[in-house]
Amino acid sequence: MESILNSIDFKYIIESLIKIVFVFVMGLLSPVSMNWIERRALALMQNRLGPNRVGPFGLFQSIADGVKFLFKEDIIPLSVNKWLYVLAPIVAVIPAFMVTIVWPIGPEVNLPVIGPTKLYVTNFNIGLLYVLAMTSLGIYGIVLGGWASNSKYSLLGGLRSSAQMISYELALSLSLIAVLIKTGTLDLVKIVEGQSGYWHGIPMWNIVAFPGAGIIAFFIYLISAIAETNRVPFDLPEAETELVAGFHTEYSSSLKFAMFFMAEYVNMLTVSILASVIFLGGWNGPFVGQYPLLGPIYLLMKVFFFMFLYIWLRGTLPRFRYDQLMNFGWKFLLPAALFNIVLASIIGIFLY
Amino acid sequence: MEPIQLIFLGLAALAVVAAFNVILQRNPIYSAIGLIVVLCCLAALFVTLYAQFIAAIQIIVYAGAIMVLFVFVIMLLNVREEESKTDRQKYLKWLAAPLFLALLGEVFAVLKTVGNPSASPNPPGTVESIADKMFTSYLLPFEATSVLILMAIVGAMLLARRNTKEDIERIEEALAAQPIEAPEVPRSADEKKEEVAA
Repeated sequence: MESILNSIDFKYIIESLIKIVFVFVMGLLSPVSMNWIERRALALMQNRLGPNRVGPFGLFQSIADGVKFLFKEDIIPLSVNKWLYVLAPIVAVIPAFMVTIVWPIGPEVNLPVIGPTKLYVTNFNIGLLYVLAMTSLGIYGIVLGGWASNSKYSLLGGLRSSAQMISYELALSLSLIAVLIKTGTLDLVKIVEGQSGYWHGIPMWNIVAFPGAGIIAFFIYLISAIAETNRVPFDLPEAETELVAGFHTEYSSSLKFAMFFMAEYVNMLTVSILASVIFLGGWNGPFVGQYPLLGPIYLLMKVFFFMFLYIWLRGTLPRFRYDQLMNFGWKFLLPAALFNIVLASIIGIFLY
Repeated sequence: MEPIQLIFLGLAALAVVAAFNVILQRNPIYSAIGLIVVLCCLAALFVTLYAQFIAAIQIIVYAGAIMVLFVFVIMLLNVREEESKTDRQKYLKWLAAPLFLALLGEVFAVLKTVGNPSASPNPPGTVESIADKMFTSYLLPFEATSVLILMAIVGAMLLARRNTKEDIERIEEALAAQPIEAPEVPRSADEKKEEVAA
């Protein structure tokens, strides 16, 4: 027992715990804040007002919704598979939150009381693969939820989402490979640090530092990421017009539905952070070298751009048809991503 | 006992329980979930052996892609209960014992040659060391495996390809030759009740 206690670094554990709680709360709050922005921005795009009654500008609407989720009666329909029906939202939400520990939010900063602190929970040499692994496990929540509900709409939603996510996961991973040829590492923090340079005043972010291949990879990643998170125009698993509410039709608006909702928003946040980190330089920006505390602000701005893009697309584009979705994924995105790897390798030989 | 051994025992026990779950469950979805748990436990065990890359690949490829396809097919066919096909595979149980013994022998043979894993600066499971080995000493087996997988893909496409025009014409001719009987429409319970009442 003595040896175990001695071998544990308590300072490290406490520091990590505080950081984990911090990113966890960030994850919890992201649906609350993003949902309000989404509803108001979408309303503006569609010439209506959106929620504006609860608090100033309707700011507390999402909090009111959250409280409603907590207190509403939790209904388990009679004919569902009870075990899986309860398990599915948990399976959806846990991988989403497990990814939060590798979010590279900022560089190492010198905080007033605590001293030098790294603004990320941890980094390890397969950080990027870890993110991909966890997002691929998140599919099960949707698939099992759809199957366990014992409803045709839910089952179709679950089937669609599993087919869609498998198809677009390939293009997503392949688009990242093209960039990895330049970065040469899978560690998210090292990927960000590798983009800190400037060339004649132009920041050397991967999207520009890798001429041609970087920008193609960026767009392939962006499209596949939207498909991975089941958002418009790829929101076939929950297409209202044909499937009622898709995989969560049988989930009443209780905490179980809130878990699906939370998982979706945390996944959106994760793919947005990944897009900023891999293509747009992460926390890099002007004067970050002198004032490292600017880093998280730059990252937040980039991430907010992507989150707004989601809302923007939702207000702009109609939904794909299912066969169009599959054709686009397999016959255009996947060959384009493969071609991009070849292109990136050729450019990489000459540049790096 | 060291913490790492406790972690190993916990994960190994969970993996064994889940593995039994795979073969003992009658419902294929439960078996599939058991297999996913086994794969996740194995991935965690790989991490304790300093093989992070293999752990990540284990989850991405097996738990994240192949098992999703399994679950997809089970859901698509909507298989509720296991069909009993034990009669046809009666002779297989005589093969099980020798094969198990062979596997056990293999495991011991491997265990004899492998020492304890150590936290060396470049442990065998990282991206760098695997890439180094795969693209130098084991390049030929790697390429051969790639060709094998390519053949499997081409074979699958050949089997699933759309029929050519001639094939369709031939099928249509065959169908036209024999009259098709209209299938009996299953009636609902209400209709039957009405019939009885009438």
